[in-house]
Amino acid sequence: MLYQLEGSQAIAKAVVLCRPGVVCAYPITPQTHIVEGIGELIRSGDLSEGEFINVESEMAALSVAIGSQATGVRSYTATSSQGLLYMMEAVYNASGMELPIVMTLGNRTIGAPINIWNDHSDAMAARDAGWIMLFAETNQEALDLHIQAFKIAEKMLCPTMICVDGFILTHAYERVDIPFQEEVDEFLPPYVPNIYMDERNPIAVGAMVSPEYFMEVRYLAHRKQTDALEIISLVSDEFKRQFSRDSGGLLRKYHTDNAKTVVIAMGSVSGTIKDVVDELNASGEMFGVVSLVSYRPFPSAALRMVLKNVAKVIVVEKAFALGIGGFLSQEVELALKDIDVRVISVVAGIGGRSITRNLLKECFLKRTHEQITFLGLKEDIAAEKYTSLKLHYLGGMI
Amino acid sequence: MSYSTLKDVEEFTTVQSSHDRPNTLTSGHRGCQGCGEALGARCAIDAAHRETNGKIIVVNATGCLEVFTCYFPENSWNVPWLHSLFGNAPAVATGVAAALRRQGRDDVRVIAQGGDGSTFDIGMGCLSGMFDRNDDVLYICYDNQAYMNTGVQRSGATPPLARTATTLPNKSYMGSDSQTGKNVPKIAMAHGIPYIATASIANIPDLEEKVRRAIGIHGARYVHIHVPCPLGWGYPTSETIKIARLAIQCGLFPLFEAEHGKQVRSTQIEDLIPVEEYLRSQKRFAHLFGKNAPADAIGVLQNIANSNIELYRLSGGILNA
Repeated sequence: MLYQLEGSQAIAKAVVLCRPGVVCAYPITPQTHIVEGIGELIRSGDLSEGEFINVESEMAALSVAIGSQATGVRSYTATSSQGLLYMMEAVYNASGMELPIVMTLGNRTIGAPINIWNDHSDAMAARDAGWIMLFAETNQEALDLHIQAFKIAEKMLCPTMICVDGFILTHAYERVDIPFQEEVDEFLPPYVPNIYMDERNPIAVGAMVSPEYFMEVRYLAHRKQTDALEIISLVSDEFKRQFSRDSGGLLRKYHTDNAKTVVIAMGSVSGTIKDVVDELNASGEMFGVVSLVSYRPFPSAALRMVLKNVAKVIVVEKAFALGIGGFLSQEVELALKDIDVRVISVVAGIGGRSITRNLLKECFLKRTHEQITFLGLKEDIAAEKYTSLKLHYLGGMI
Repeated sequence: MSYSTLKDVEEFTTVQSSHDRPNTLTSGHRGCQGCGEALGARCAIDAAHRETNGKIIVVNATGCLEVFTCYFPENSWNVPWLHSLFGNAPAVATGVAAALRRQGRDDVRVIAQGGDGSTFDIGMGCLSGMFDRNDDVLYICYDNQAYMNTGVQRSGATPPLARTATTLPNKSYMGSDSQTGKNVPKIAMAHGIPYIATASIANIPDLEEKVRRAIGIHGARYVHIHVPCPLGWGYPTSETIKIARLAIQCGLFPLFEAEHGKQVRSTQIEDLIPVEEYLRSQKRFAHLFGKNAPADAIGVLQNIANSNIELYRLSGGILNA
């Protein structure tokens, strides 16, 4: 059924349709509306079988979910930015314990300086934590991905994080098609855990593992990630068959078949990029777009298939590693290391800086690129401050 | 009931003395010889097991107790046991309790346990949150007054002037920083939770009775068990029970119970002793008796004992500092 809804409300409805038994709530901008919405839906009877727990920190939010999921109940929480960092110890713990918790990450940058606006720095901080990480491009996809996420997580026994751009998606009103409860129930059966905390069958979970066994544990976690590539695709196919909608999967192609240059991005910015590419292609250029849905596991083989005949790849990335460069472009380069293609890194939208069509168009048409382009950087301010910074740390030397 | 005389104690048979004791924590674990925490945990969880016919789930914080009982592929627990992290055991237990409620398994009781490091320091936020929500969890703190698992560093539970690896005394420093003290039983009382008790491995029937009482109550409960550590405190491994008893007798570790924020019972000290007798028994206080010791050092600790005796009404008489 079609609704005009705020992204957070759409996600809240999707989560409730998945019937989690335990939802842990702690506020942080821009995620807060999601847990508010779920709380309201639980209390108004849309999810009468749900426990809604107001906790005292993000660390507690994910820890409560760890406890309930380990006891055999479908569990959910949501966070952003500093909240993700605050719970980071539990983020690694949840995947190490193979608990299929689903968490929404309302993407926001990380301070200092404190800043509540969108980029992907928070998601990148969790990129090696053993979670499946899926990025939504639209609110419809955010909604659909949550329904798929519980299925993927529970099949893989791997926690799954749905990344949605803060404000751009979480606070934007869009038309969304919300499935009926019976449809979601058909797609997502009740959670039946293999092992759980049960007094009739006592087990110990969370043992200390020595060097004799630890490496194998990590190896198997890696194999699980690479196997998840297939499950993510299968679940997306199944979703399409039932809901007649393309959502999820590993990546989405847009005009890539004859493209000379392909732009790769994650999340909502793909929409703007597609608009720019349409405009450029109308005037004879040959651009394509790959919008990456699955960031972890990283779909290297699928990317190689799409990009094998492309001359240039431009990665538009909303986060970068200080001292080296973009995360995503490095990973794309690694995936394409056997293909003769130039990979260009365009760092954009940091701390919520606007990514405009004009800036993108100008950048895409450039013949030569810096090693890293900082899209929309205020060059004059940056240059002036850089000079004084350098004077400070070089002291009397210059 | 509480145990105020030896006669009272003898009237009760402990779970531990029973031939069919549950042995929730089996022998063969890697705890040190003379470990007070291993004894305290076995007695507490055995008592809870018996009281609930084995319907318990135990959540364990990181620390000595976790490390010496679950070294893969071995495991010393005969109960469902879940270890997540150092600072989150109360929150994990909240999640377990919520899941049990969802599954209609409310008859299964949830226990979270940890040492003083996880309880007083790193897990304080989660503990307070669990108390505040009055979650259906019994939290047991095994207090050995320092971070023993990492090699005896100061915690929020370390007594003033005690020597630890991070408070080594020297000519101008007398051990553990001057401090106001963090009293978690009192902090728990301030939350108004239904039940709080302190207990000691020197009085096992009393410990078992308090756990038995706590496990039967719904809502957040807190039991604080004093568990001396031969390694960290510096005394022979055969002396653990004796040291625990001296702590009670001098008033430094008061035995009491509180309900909904109010003290309801306390155990009278039978033969009050000066704190010096307790302090002299442990190397962690040896510097208080050396030739460089300031005259008022022991008085600081005697004053704490005296105020305990007064506050918890432990005795008719108070020793002069």
